[in-house]
Amino acid sequence: MPEKSDLPAAMSGISRRRRPPLAWVGNGFLIIVAVLAAYVLVSNLAKNPIEFLQNVLDGLKLGCVYALIALGYTMVYGIVKLINFAHGDVFMVGAFTSFYAVSQFNLHQWPQMLFPAIPAGISLVVGSFTVILLSMVVCTLLAITIERVAYKPLRDAPRIAALITAIGVSFFLEFFGALQFVFSPRFIPYKSPFDTTAWYIQGGIHPIVSGQSSPDNTISFSNIFLIILVASVLVQLFLQFLVRRTKIGVAMRAASFDKPTARLMGINVDRVISFTFAIGAAFAGLGGVLYAIAYASIWTQLGILPGLKAFVAAVLGGIGSLPGAFVGALIMGQAESLTMSYISTPMRDAVAFTILIIVLLVKPTGIFGEPAGEKA
Amino acid sequence: MELGYLFTTILKMALLVAWIYGLLWGLNKKEIWKKALTILLAFGVIQGAFLLQFGDYAVFSAFDQGLLYQAVTMAMVAMGLNLIYGFNGQFSLAQWGFYGIGAYCAADITYRWTNGDASGLFVLGIGVVLAALALIGVGRLLRLKRGIPVLSAFTFYLVAIIIVGFVAVFVGKELAAAVDPGFGGRGAPGALASPAAVQIVFFLSVLIAGAFAAEVSFLFGLPVLTLGSDYFGIATLGFAIVVQTMMVNSDTILPFPEMKGGRGMIGIPKLTSWIAAFAFLLMVVVIVRNFIRSSTGRATMSVREDEIAAKAMGINVAGSKLMAFVLGSFVAGIGGGVYAHYIGFLSPSTFSFLAGFNPLIIVVFGGLGSMTGSIAASFVWIFFLEGFLRVLLAQMGTDAPTWRFVLYPITLLLLMLIRPQGLMGSVEWGFLRADRIIRRLKGNDAAQKGQA
Amino acid sequence: MTSTRTVLEIRELTKFFGGLCAVKNFNLALPQGALWGLIGPNGAGKTTVFNLVTGLIPLSSGEVLFGAERIDGLEPHEITRLGIARTFQNIRLFSNLSVLDNVRIAYHPHAGYGLSDSLLRTPKFTLREKELTEEALEFLSIFKLEGLAEETARNLPYGEQRRVEIARALACKPQVLLLDEPAAGMNPREIIALMELIHFIRDRFKLTILLIEHQMRVVMSICERITVMDFGEVIARGTPKEIQDNQTVIEAYLGKGVAGSAAG
Repeated sequence: MPEKSDLPAAMSGISRRRRPPLAWVGNGFLIIVAVLAAYVLVSNLAKNPIEFLQNVLDGLKLGCVYALIALGYTMVYGIVKLINFAHGDVFMVGAFTSFYAVSQFNLHQWPQMLFPAIPAGISLVVGSFTVILLSMVVCTLLAITIERVAYKPLRDAPRIAALITAIGVSFFLEFFGALQFVFSPRFIPYKSPFDTTAWYIQGGIHPIVSGQSSPDNTISFSNIFLIILVASVLVQLFLQFLVRRTKIGVAMRAASFDKPTARLMGINVDRVISFTFAIGAAFAGLGGVLYAIAYASIWTQLGILPGLKAFVAAVLGGIGSLPGAFVGALIMGQAESLTMSYISTPMRDAVAFTILIIVLLVKPTGIFGEPAGEKA
Repeated sequence: MELGYLFTTILKMALLVAWIYGLLWGLNKKEIWKKALTILLAFGVIQGAFLLQFGDYAVFSAFDQGLLYQAVTMAMVAMGLNLIYGFNGQFSLAQWGFYGIGAYCAADITYRWTNGDASGLFVLGIGVVLAALALIGVGRLLRLKRGIPVLSAFTFYLVAIIIVGFVAVFVGKELAAAVDPGFGGRGAPGALASPAAVQIVFFLSVLIAGAFAAEVSFLFGLPVLTLGSDYFGIATLGFAIVVQTMMVNSDTILPFPEMKGGRGMIGIPKLTSWIAAFAFLLMVVVIVRNFIRSSTGRATMSVREDEIAAKAMGINVAGSKLMAFVLGSFVAGIGGGVYAHYIGFLSPSTFSFLAGFNPLIIVVFGGLGSMTGSIAASFVWIFFLEGFLRVLLAQMGTDAPTWRFVLYPITLLLLMLIRPQGLMGSVEWGFLRADRIIRRLKGNDAAQKGQA
Repeated sequence: MTSTRTVLEIRELTKFFGGLCAVKNFNLALPQGALWGLIGPNGAGKTTVFNLVTGLIPLSSGEVLFGAERIDGLEPHEITRLGIARTFQNIRLFSNLSVLDNVRIAYHPHAGYGLSDSLLRTPKFTLREKELTEEALEFLSIFKLEGLAEETARNLPYGEQRRVEIARALACKPQVLLLDEPAAGMNPREIIALMELIHFIRDRFKLTILLIEHQMRVVMSICERITVMDFGEVIARGTPKEIQDNQTVIEAYLGKGVAGSAAG
């Protein structure tokens, strides 16, 4: 696209770079795959548009949770070039923290317990916020500890050492959490700080009475869906602001671009890295609480697959790019939801990874990624 | 009790490492008869230890023998991974998936065979051979035109493989039906059901499993290896996850009811004996060593060191990566075949991607780019983690299996902090060492001068 | 010495990085046996020309002919195998391998045995491997490196790493050798040795050499012809004498005002 046609080289009749031979075969293959996928989607959309829309909404919910995790991956990878496998487990710790805060300490009811005069609604909102904030703080502290103890000593070691360490930390959190006296080795039904309410649309919005399902052929959504949606959009906007407009954001961008030079410019790179881990973990904690509320069951390996999907989403969108992580996460959510509904449930991971491979083959730096510098 | 057990386990680990050293040292001898003698001795020592028994105390109890077989398969998988990651620098997490593919593939062949059905052997055998020919043929054809995009090349290979697959299924089923009488009826087993025939089928099945895994890895690696290191790592992790999903759904999505999906495949004949395990281990060691210590192997290592410089030196970098990946997967497939016939039961949970970090950790423990390290670390790892810790922690109550996985990341973290280059670094023993060709040449010169 | 036959011809070579024109309409015809210099201020696009010719980055437009064959669009390793070898500005040795292996890797395309030979250790393998090693050692002895053959490349001093890199490039059996700042970071004594070495290898291996260099002394004393680049374009070409007196070149290096006062 930058090759303007009015340049002398093009006018002087010198041939341009030859097109690779047989490229149409590969393109044809991609087109066939795309047509097949489109056929599956369109035929199902035609068959039952309402069910299709419902699936899209479910995918959106999943995608927004992935987006909250993917932000942490993409920021950390952008700066230290480390796949922080432990990030998914930080997400899990966020879910467990809120579970214990609610089920053991009734933290979500503290305003009502301290000031009985407060209306129940306000108490619930404030209490739930406190629970979420607590989870975020715990996750932040955990992430900073991990970074200090495990990653920082290895900053100058070969990259594989840090990666193996990340895998080790991830295993440690999963299995340490699975000990009897820590969390639990089993699935636990999650106790939510507030009740989920759902509505369905049928010529207006009607609440679903708990214990009943929505009538056939209607679209339903819940308050947690709305919260997840709003939270992920707000977090995205907040991070955009942080990275583009604040001093620490500039420092982060500088550090991700060139660490030694950033250091010369007086930026405390170590602090920036810690901050990046911390902020990523805070939103992973938020995601963990919301995920647990939405899916109502938790265990210590809860973080592995969402963490992985979120990383794939970050790569898909172009690693290091915040909007990329968001868009990638939404694509992953849709891919998973639609595959589960229209192809087969077990194939959802296969489809997710196939999309990743195809996108990377077509655009090696991901959807929003900047082209890598070409220097031999 | 525990102290005694700890002591004997450590002793056994030390003896096994010494055994590896001796084997590699003996194999490095120039004379053929010395090599043969070494192989015989190395085989005999362990076989003898199996039989050794003092009263109630068996030196190599059935449990230890199981560990030994596991260590042997793990050594194969780790060597393959070291080839891909340690020598060629491609961070792959798919190795465990190829191991699983090999295990299921070999198990299916012998399972069907012992149940009087030759179709597994014929379909897969013919398929693997035809597919190899097809891949080579298509490769030759594609080489006529320069600069074909990867995706196009992949499409050609894929179409060729699909056609070959259909042919193999058709021909294989026909042939299997033709030899069906050879199995004989109930109570009167025919020639094909004899133990000797079953042993031959077992050996073939392991080789076919390796070749099958290699061909799958070729198709997967061709497009994915172009992605670049971290992306390649994530794609391979995806591959491992998808393979496990396929195993869980082998009886629903895939048409293999005998694999029984998530419940696990039972009734695989336990055919792995020490001689088979040892022979396959030896084969793998020789293949990997001969590959690494050749011009192709040096080219492989140059890709790890610096891709751009390698390109500028006339090395086909993409081809070199693919070759190492395919050979590494072949080795993993062989390991899978041996494992399946030792354990007799395959469960998809064995091949979960979390367990797939084990070979990676073993390779790093042993030292990237050290074949000796991979072998030794496999033995030590299995005997320590599967043997010692499992037995010791079993006395600690219900949390025991979890503690195992709490302790080992801690060990890992400490190792990474203290010695990130692995226990062996890049040290090699005997047979696996690079040829000291200069010394030899100088020796010759000196000898000639002496004569003159 | 310099014959009229052209070995490497570059026509209207152009490369864009995004909107930036790194190389614009670069023309060069290298006669056989030439020792040609390519100079210019930092960022003039010299190394990019090397990368384009060796296929490491795809060109935007133009043609590269090696003998009669078009080589633009080929894979880098194919270009090297045809007979164009290069060294790198920032040394790119295979740093964890021995010096001998570094050289032997460059022999890989000429190894003369296949995968099956090496897996089965056939007599052909043993024979070729021995020949190959002897040849590589001979090469190293030309560069006075034979004593370091088993040393890990990373542990060598800077000047010797440069020599290993040139030896490695020669082991590719090239007809054209592209040297990217071979004298960078060398002390004056090493530079004199290097200049002798370059002359020697050209005569010994009948090479055509294209040389990027910053040290004017080197370029002016060993190159027969020189091309000067600035901002991706050729601004002058000629013999060292002509270049030294060229007003545009002086301006490009020193800036306009300085050049004016120097001339006046």
